[in-house]
Amino acid sequence: MAGTAVRGRLTWQDATVGVVKDETPEVRTISLDVPQWEGHRAGQHLDVRLTADDGYRAERSYSIASAPGEQVAITVERLPDGEVSPYLTEELRPGDDLELRGPIGGWFVWEPADGGPLLLLAGGSGIVPLRAILRYRERTGSTVPVRLLYSSRSWPDVIYRDELEQPAAGVEVIHTLTRLQPPGWTGYARRVDAQMLAEVVWPEDQAPLAYVCGPTSFVETVATGLVGLGYPAQRVKTERFGATGGTR
Amino acid sequence: MSHVSRGFHGRRRAAPEGRVPPGQYVTEDFPVLSAGPTPHTPLSNWTFSIQGGSEPKSWTWDEFRALPTEDITTDIHCVTRWSKLDTMWQGVSVDTLLDLVEHDAAYALAFSDGGYTTNLPVEDLTGGRAWVAFNYDGDSLPAEHGGPARLLVPHLYFWKSAKWVRGLRLMDTDEPGFWETYGYHMYGDPWREQRYAGD
Repeated sequence: MAGTAVRGRLTWQDATVGVVKDETPEVRTISLDVPQWEGHRAGQHLDVRLTADDGYRAERSYSIASAPGEQVAITVERLPDGEVSPYLTEELRPGDDLELRGPIGGWFVWEPADGGPLLLLAGGSGIVPLRAILRYRERTGSTVPVRLLYSSRSWPDVIYRDELEQPAAGVEVIHTLTRLQPPGWTGYARRVDAQMLAEVVWPEDQAPLAYVCGPTSFVETVATGLVGLGYPAQRVKTERFGATGGTR
Repeated sequence: MSHVSRGFHGRRRAAPEGRVPPGQYVTEDFPVLSAGPTPHTPLSNWTFSIQGGSEPKSWTWDEFRALPTEDITTDIHCVTRWSKLDTMWQGVSVDTLLDLVEHDAAYALAFSDGGYTTNLPVEDLTGGRAWVAFNYDGDSLPAEHGGPARLLVPHLYFWKSAKWVRGLRLMDTDEPGFWETYGYHMYGDPWREQRYAGD
């Protein structure tokens, strides 16, 4: 377990909303100017705090979507029953202030020195921290080979679609569309299962490093599947978001 | 109030007075958060052991299940901000286990299948405040929630309630476990919002 950077107290910082970009009808990327930001690692998250005018507060964690060294950005999926995500995706505008603290988490991170080949497996908005890893790989000139298997409901639900359509050299992107496929789609059209994993993943004898992020059911299937294919459990890092049930 | 978020009103959810710590919201779901694949240890290979006492102590699954059990109804609080009220568990009190071990340790490191660890003061594991739980909501604890057995220390953030727990290592001094090494709080009291180091 490398990278045990324990910092001092994580204080709340003021950020200003920069560019916002709608990735899909339900997902928005928010760039943030954070003057006091001390940097982050690819895969970490941050906490956002909202305060109503009567002092009521709500906090949530979001994966950082940008690579270390880039402007801080988060990508937020609007949850139908959410309290914070509808505000961030519908109300928040460029120039607004936002309080945040971070970076948080030091396990689900990747550094070029960690090597690979890298196997990235994303379900829905689980792509966000993996996108930070992809961008960091490109930014650092790493040539570690990458395969990304990304499960989305439909093509319009694919987050970072333009970026993923033009991957960097050495990066293979494999989509599966679980609910609706465009006409002529020849790719996978089902939920990730053991057979799909067997077809897609790096053989375990290449000592791959796997990062799995998505809803609980996705992560359970994938992580168990990888162990079944011989991946040592300690080379399968997972991050799950389960509170919303997440059917993908 | 120094910092108001323009246009944010919040959706204050009805919650019983005094039950939900600051910064938490009540969920009806039971979210799953773990750092790696879910281990599946057969019960025939399962043991619970206590190390670091005057002599090591270990129970097989059958021996463990022959110990007296307690029913627990409690609220649980995850550092990712969900709280779940009135969860129902069955388990063996850690008092029952530690009573069978001679020791004067002040701290313990819980260890689990898959390599997970978390540190707790012995004081927080005793006095009827901690259990090794094997049933949830009337059924065996599902593997993704930590089955066959997990630690249950509901007065601390839930990462302290180690899933897939296999034992306790008793220690004289406090040592960080898995998440504590990555910047999470050494103690983790939800009522004092001790989420990260320094909180």
